[in-house]
Amino acid sequence: MAKSKPRVKVPKSASAGEVITIKTLISHEMESGQRKDKEGKPIPRQIINKFTCEFNGQPVFSCDLDPAVSANPYFEFNAKVNESGTFKFTWVDDDGSVYETENEITVK
Amino acid sequence: MTMTRRQALGFGAAAAAFAVTGFRALPAMASAEDADKMVMDFTGGKAPESGKIMLNTPEIAENGNTVPVSVEVESAMEGDDLVDSVLILADGNPNPAVATFHFTAMSGSAAATTRIRLAKTQNVIAVAKMKDGSVYMDKKQVKVTIGGCGG
Repeated sequence: MAKSKPRVKVPKSASAGEVITIKTLISHEMESGQRKDKEGKPIPRQIINKFTCEFNGQPVFSCDLDPAVSANPYFEFNAKVNESGTFKFTWVDDDGSVYETENEITVK
Repeated sequence: MTMTRRQALGFGAAAAAFAVTGFRALPAMASAEDADKMVMDFTGGKAPESGKIMLNTPEIAENGNTVPVSVEVESAMEGDDLVDSVLILADGNPNPAVATFHFTAMSGSAAATTRIRLAKTQNVIAVAKMKDGSVYMDKKQVKVTIGGCGG
């Protein structure tokens, strides 16, 4: 499988107390475990089962995923920013691998 | 009556389609009950009220593989007026669980969008659990033209 590459859209700056919108996308097959291969054998499930977003170490938003989430899982959610800092995004794969990315935001 | 080749083929295709849909109807019934049970597990046995939560789905989804779904809960997201989590279910999928969103006071507002798979025309259910323990539910039917379970 191709390596999962996260993409995140966070505004570069915001005013204090503003509620911003964050969009995230990660390339992943999200193999549901329902499909069968050419020989009729079920393809084992392999999905991203957890997504979290933290701001300066504090949880902002998280999601538990089931196989019914589409391939290349996309999330759009909000966050309230009171100070400058770093958003940390984490995706956890069924096979145990963890994909991470970070984005900084400046509060004026 | 003699059957032409064209008629024979059409008849065969219809029979095949019936066999496929007939076969799929059985597990789907179980799934709707599973969905109800999962709602009860999530709410801790409480019957959800309507209102406060808004589920946005397309009326018709041409491709069941990626159906955009967004959910929004009315809440100040401060103090005790907080949304704890939102459960998304699809009652006609082989497994009704779709996703669970967890919000915090840092979320600013309890709204999220994602894309989901739907096997066939069915109801999408969203249940919100507030911090004070109250639960709210919204349900929307989505018509699916091409199912999203690889079959």
